[in-house]
Amino acid sequence: MVEPKIVVEAVSKTYDPDVLALAEVSLDLAERSFTCLLGPSGCGKSTLLNVIAGFVEPTTGRVLVDGREVVRPGADRGVVFQEYALFPWRTAVENVEFGPLMRGLARPERRRTAERYLGLVGLGEHGSKYPAELSGGMKQRVAIARALANDPSVLLMDEPFGALDAQTREVMQEELLRIWQQDKKTVVFVTHSISEAVFLADRIVVMGTRPGRIKEVIDVPLDHPRERSTPEFVALERALKGLVREEVARLGII
Amino acid sequence: MEAPALERLRAAAAHPAAPPARAPVRPRRRGPLSTSAAAGLRAASVALFFAAWWGVSLANAYVIKVFNPVLLPDPWVVLQAGIKLAASGELFGHIGASLARVVQGFLIAAAAGVLAGMAVGRSRVLEHLVDPSIEMLRPIPPLAFLPLMVLWFGIGEASKVAFIAYAAFFPIFTTTLEGIKYADPILIRAAASLGASDRRIFWHVILPAATPSIITGLRLGFGLSFFVIVAAEFIAADRGLGFLINDARTFFLVANMLLGAAVIGLIGFGVNVGLRRLEGRLLRWRRESRGRA
Repeated sequence: MVEPKIVVEAVSKTYDPDVLALAEVSLDLAERSFTCLLGPSGCGKSTLLNVIAGFVEPTTGRVLVDGREVVRPGADRGVVFQEYALFPWRTAVENVEFGPLMRGLARPERRRTAERYLGLVGLGEHGSKYPAELSGGMKQRVAIARALANDPSVLLMDEPFGALDAQTREVMQEELLRIWQQDKKTVVFVTHSISEAVFLADRIVVMGTRPGRIKEVIDVPLDHPRERSTPEFVALERALKGLVREEVARLGII
Repeated sequence: MEAPALERLRAAAAHPAAPPARAPVRPRRRGPLSTSAAAGLRAASVALFFAAWWGVSLANAYVIKVFNPVLLPDPWVVLQAGIKLAASGELFGHIGASLARVVQGFLIAAAAGVLAGMAVGRSRVLEHLVDPSIEMLRPIPPLAFLPLMVLWFGIGEASKVAFIAYAAFFPIFTTTLEGIKYADPILIRAAASLGASDRRIFWHVILPAATPSIITGLRLGFGLSFFVIVAAEFIAADRGLGFLINDARTFFLVANMLLGAAVIGLIGFGVNVGLRRLEGRLLRWRRESRGRA
């Protein structure tokens, strides 16, 4: 059997003694898979992503990437944040250059790399603009290019399209799939949008609340490109909606 | 039945009606101003100030007669005093002496304030160790220590430079500390996940993120240096703009007293314009964002 790319071994996390953000979560993710962590707020999906990224230390358990335990953030795991997290004092192309700069690439080479990835996300013409001059969708494109320019084997995305309007969001989902199909990273994508999860993922990990845990893992049997109006798509959406609603109900009145 | 609605939509698409009349746009209270208009207003502000000064001193001399006119000379008298002092070279000696003290004191404060702010901003232990003492000293007007500094450092240049350095240190230290401490943690995470070590995160993320607040601190610190130099030169000095004012008081040369103040104002104004320009160049990314937001 092929060794999984990411192994989550009985990871739990308590932020303060009474609140169990994540309770004994175990999960194997195959290389080049696209996994969505889906659930309402408070289900620990972002916490789990932050543990894989190395931002948050688990209270118990551990995460292995390529068989090595995660102890800190690293260039092998690129991260895309909902808030874009672009360096505002760097232009778009300088933001994308950041990873190559840290790797110690010479200036012409890192500029070339950055321009190639900006081109990949469709922003070849906007390299000299500062983040403040870009729209939300463009900022997130720069952030994706910046994460990819390091050629990480894992791409971690924390509700990356959550701050975008509905139209831009759908375009970005299609763009992400286009890019992923050219260069298949192992993607872990956090979302609370059922439709987004069904549109993107090979595998959907539905997470439950109080405590945060895995409720169900669903393999998505649909081929890409997916059409949101097909009966299979709609049926899967409905089934997931039932699962997520149960968890929302557990939170009481919201 | 849905047909009529659909029909209406189609009809509307085929014959677009005149666009609805737009509500009159209310003038924005703080709309943008053209650069030339802004420059005109700024020049008018300066002209108005001098006109008001002139008007008050004329009124005092000929109409209302509150003070002895000698006590409130008009701008021309002050200008003449300035020309006379400039011609003899005395004025430039005073300006040079004050500027040299301010620059030395400010540079010491800048180096100490930025370095200390960076160190304390990086270390929780240092912060808890240093912060209470700083917060205790900060509310004491620096002037309270001036006589002590004269005792410690003598009546020469050292006491004045030390006094300026002490006064300017606080705003620079505080703003540097805040800038370092409140660097956006998500940017730090982003850099770490791009392979940056702690040391490189400091140089490439935390320091640039803190730059706007450090520059604000330097500007405040420079302003404060000018603010306190006059007081320092009142006590034990034989040159400098503060000395000029104090000396003029002794000899009842009111025009010279006003001249000293006016020169300090002009220098401060010029330096501030220069610093703002430097700030604009260093923080280009921020200016771009001010247009939107």
